[in-house]
Amino acid sequence: MSATFEPIIGRYMQLELFGRAHRVYVEEAGEGTPLLCLHTAGADGRQYRGLMNDERVTRNHRVIAFDMPWHGKSSPPQGWHDEEYQLTSAQYTTMILAVVDALDLDRPIVIGCSIGGRIALHLALEHPERFRAIIGLQAGAHVDPYYDLNFLHRPDVHGGEVAAAIVSGLVGPDAPDKEKWETLWHYMQGGPGVFKGDLYFYKIDGDIRARIAEIDTKRCPLFLLSGEYDYSCTPEETLAVASSIAGSEATIMKGLGHFPMSENPGEFLKHLLPVLEKISGR
Amino acid sequence: MIETLKERVNCDAGLVRRGRFLTTTFLLEIGAAVWLISIHEGRIVSVTKGPFVMPSSSFALRTSEAEWDRFCERRPPPGSNDLMALIKRRVLKAEGELQIFMANLRYFKEALGKLRREGAAA
Repeated sequence: MSATFEPIIGRYMQLELFGRAHRVYVEEAGEGTPLLCLHTAGADGRQYRGLMNDERVTRNHRVIAFDMPWHGKSSPPQGWHDEEYQLTSAQYTTMILAVVDALDLDRPIVIGCSIGGRIALHLALEHPERFRAIIGLQAGAHVDPYYDLNFLHRPDVHGGEVAAAIVSGLVGPDAPDKEKWETLWHYMQGGPGVFKGDLYFYKIDGDIRARIAEIDTKRCPLFLLSGEYDYSCTPEETLAVASSIAGSEATIMKGLGHFPMSENPGEFLKHLLPVLEKISGR
Repeated sequence: MIETLKERVNCDAGLVRRGRFLTTTFLLEIGAAVWLISIHEGRIVSVTKGPFVMPSSSFALRTSEAEWDRFCERRPPPGSNDLMALIKRRVLKAEGELQIFMANLRYFKEALGKLRREGAAA
């Protein structure tokens, strides 16, 4: 039996962020319009394996995903052991723009899910000129905490087990078992307190409700795709964002959940490919 | 229906193995009915229906009949498909020493998911 190789190439990038040296892992596949992919809280860029392995996407797009510092194969910065990881809106935005600059990406399309979808709304509002279009997956303006976040980082609860158990119900009922459990495995692999630190942005610091209506889709087109079974960022919350932003387009994806690109890439691509075609036609 | 939990859980060797460090008794309240469910090293040892005078449990899960009925559908609708979905909508209350519940969350989700009609997994 011979091995086959996926078209995905991974590299480590040395990058200064927030005045400190960082080692950031970047994967990419394909050629063409850059498509920068932002993973969810507590996971990493492997969530976009379905896009990077699909020729319908990669023949016209250079698909790029980086693991945020502290996530996946990226490292935390030196000194991490003496601090608490806590993601803020300002840090998140700075990081994305730094990666765009470092990779010399010319007005990429950005696609982000969950916290990535939320920061995509921030980017659409604050830096529309930097992006060709923005695709928000599970992108709500705010999520109320619905469990005690301290359970994500305490010594008498296994962080990986509880993180995956908390999000398992967010996967849609039609997800293939293989994809569902690979998605949850990424959560099980998160570092101590990292999921909790991401949720500081998602549930507290990144609330953008008061400014959402200021997004100008004439400057940067905005597409919203959300799974029907997501009870974290619900379809109602996505539609509320869409109704607040003139010119935005929203689709609720039947049977899918909070991790559409990862839990069920085949079904998700049925929704994504038409959006990419629309963007390329503009 | 709740009484079948013992057999349904104990027949799943993987689930029992996952719960091998779990020994506790929790209370399940659905509408006006209440049960104490005792677990020893991942196996359900008893499901006892109330009413009780002074029930003692590590934690309690409380919801309505209508919400529980939807949770137990073979394919629950969005918002009823998971214990955390019910908690998010404030229609399931989790009270007591929740460290035990959260440290074994996957076990409890999958165990109670056994009560779905036609035995579909959580």
